[in-house]
Amino acid sequence: MSKIGLNSELVARSRSSASKIADEVQAFVDAHTTDSVERTVCRLLGIDGVTPEGVPYPNLVVEHLKQKHLIEDGAARWLGNAMIATGLSASEIAERIANEQMDLSDISIHDDADIFAAIAPEVRRSCERIRANRSRRQELMESYGGDKIEPLLYLIVATGNIYEDVVQAKAAARQGADVIAVIRTTGQSLLDYVPYGATTEGFGGTYATQENFRIMRKALDEVGQEQHRYIRLCNYCSGLCMPEIAAMGAVERLDMMLNDALYGILFRDINMQRTLVDQSFSRLINSYAGIIINTGEDNYLTTDDAYLSAHTVLASQFINEQLAFRANLPPEQMGLGHAFEMDPDLKDGFLFELAQAQQAREIFPDAPLKYMPPTKYMTGDIFRGNVQDALFNMVTILTGQRIHLLGMMTEAIHTPFMSDRAVSIENARYIFKTMADLGEEIEFKPGGIVQKRAEEVLQKATDLLQQIEQIGLFSALEAGVFADIKRSKIGGKGLAGVYEKSAAYFNPFVEAMARELKEGMTQ
Amino acid sequence: MSGGLYNLHRERIDTTLDLKAVKPYGDTMNDGKVQVSFTLPVANSDAAAEAARRLALKMGLAEPNVAIAKPLDENFTFFVVYGSCIHTVNYEDIHVENDQGSSMDMEEINAFILSRFGRKIRVIGAATGTDAHTVGIDAIMNRKGFAGHYGLERYEMIETINLGAQVDNEELVRRAIEFHADAILVSQTVTQKDIHIMNLTELIEILEAEGVRDQMIVCCGGSRITNELAKELGFDAGFGAGKFAEDDATFIVTEMEKRGMK
Repeated sequence: MSKIGLNSELVARSRSSASKIADEVQAFVDAHTTDSVERTVCRLLGIDGVTPEGVPYPNLVVEHLKQKHLIEDGAARWLGNAMIATGLSASEIAERIANEQMDLSDISIHDDADIFAAIAPEVRRSCERIRANRSRRQELMESYGGDKIEPLLYLIVATGNIYEDVVQAKAAARQGADVIAVIRTTGQSLLDYVPYGATTEGFGGTYATQENFRIMRKALDEVGQEQHRYIRLCNYCSGLCMPEIAAMGAVERLDMMLNDALYGILFRDINMQRTLVDQSFSRLINSYAGIIINTGEDNYLTTDDAYLSAHTVLASQFINEQLAFRANLPPEQMGLGHAFEMDPDLKDGFLFELAQAQQAREIFPDAPLKYMPPTKYMTGDIFRGNVQDALFNMVTILTGQRIHLLGMMTEAIHTPFMSDRAVSIENARYIFKTMADLGEEIEFKPGGIVQKRAEEVLQKATDLLQQIEQIGLFSALEAGVFADIKRSKIGGKGLAGVYEKSAAYFNPFVEAMARELKEGMTQ
Repeated sequence: MSGGLYNLHRERIDTTLDLKAVKPYGDTMNDGKVQVSFTLPVANSDAAAEAARRLALKMGLAEPNVAIAKPLDENFTFFVVYGSCIHTVNYEDIHVENDQGSSMDMEEINAFILSRFGRKIRVIGAATGTDAHTVGIDAIMNRKGFAGHYGLERYEMIETINLGAQVDNEELVRRAIEFHADAILVSQTVTQKDIHIMNLTELIEILEAEGVRDQMIVCCGGSRITNELAKELGFDAGFGAGKFAEDDATFIVTEMEKRGMK
């Protein structure tokens, strides 16, 4: 029963438009590959590590394929071909390419069937490893008596030093955090490679590296055991290395990933062709690994007005849902994003916010919605800030948001102190407890402020989606429909790493993972 | 809390305001009352509370009262402490340059530019260094502005370039010279370990090295920026929280006039 009098006809129209928009994007995605998609294939085939000069081997192999004009066929074909000819592993081949002892284009091409057979064991091994992580997560949760039912408290650590992050993360978990996100160092999204090893120097965050993932995973497993709760680990699968980070996260058992091409296009000026292709593969990997993705619609409201532009958030959520479906990602793993960014001076602002949050809940009933705290109107006045965060906490508990990113009263002053997190968790826990079932008790007045607001936002979202359907997502982004930011289809970073696939192209992981997901995984 | 609250026989309490010796006000003139909160990296215990109390004494807080001691983790404890500050400042000695007094509005600024310079002025803005946040520079420059204050892009008499985030100082200076900018606005939103200080200092150094520092009004803004800090770092002005496009623009145009810029 809808509390906001949801107009299901408008919802259906929105979904239909979003579906057509996503189909058009997917047609483009299916015809293209990228540097980072192929580097991901290399990684999943067992190529890891860096040269003495610090260049990751996957980058080196992909550069080689580009020089030899083989990239359009995909890395798997030529690595598989070399494996047959030499009997070496992909990783050994990468080293030989690095030492200029091997040229993949010199090796005469074998039959498709032989190439598939040559790489099949590696594909199986990687897929099994990821599946094992999925099972392990399940086992651990069950051993703690199942997953938490209440909103997941999501906290950020961002010291720049992975070992300091561990201290902060463990403290946060002991205080009650359910999800620890390790913010990346500023600028990592624009790096066209993934740094290697444990790192201790970052600004505003810590490098996402496979070793850092492993260190934090181990720490959270330890503190989880002690607290008898599964502590989720979140990182950022966005920017120019989207699918690579997804693969690394899948292998190191991350649980959540920010994963939204639209965010990168708008806020990091990443080329839309590049990142939409990257996103598709990364979402497939996340889906396969049981990782919940988080989308970044909340960010629209940091540049656009939360009242005037609420419909752009909803429209984008519809599009993100459809794009995710096309990557075989189930609704239970779609952490669609939105945010509490209503101007505190706006009369009835809380009601509008409540209307939008309840609407998102009803339109995407199975999605673990990600709800972001106030940031734009946080001023450094910690006393008012704590009230703003309290109101935000109320919306979450009233409307059943799932991934609750805790607000910090010191937002706009500094990256959080340990004590800021504690104050924030206390605030949320108090409200979640004292108002636990209030949402079940209240209904909104038919035709009242909340219902009318929800209807208005949905109507505008439906209209916007119809417009985008007419011109396509690429042109809509060029026109600046989201966050009032315009991006060119041929502008931004990373376009040079986009290729049209040849007829001979194949990506064994897309095939294996998509097939298994469609057939329904064993658990 | 202390029984002193109900003490009817307070002695030696001077309740007159002395501007030569100003101290914090709790509920009585010159009571000096302040609250501080901090975390100590030790386990919660009586000894930890005593450590907090002694620390407060060293901070100049007489009669410190540790109101809250809460464990954050095994070896971290959070304290809220109240006390009476023993220090005073001479308010009459303070001279702050009041160059950010009242601001003109958009129309007044446009008219001012037209009458004084007879041309559009050029303002270039960026969030520099590793800072990936455009929220500050957008609030000042984007057409629609922030909280009902239109941004500079809307000003008829101001030509603008907003370079966005993660702009190198070198790149900003290069573009500013190319644009013949009258003013540069730099935003620093999220900063850690005082990297914004290094970054802002570097910009001034590059402008000086290029010999263009005097040809442009250079301002910075952000939640951690104050006018005093900005000036110390060699900027013409700094704009902290609560400042809007018209404050920046007013400063720029009046400063341009003051310097006789054409």
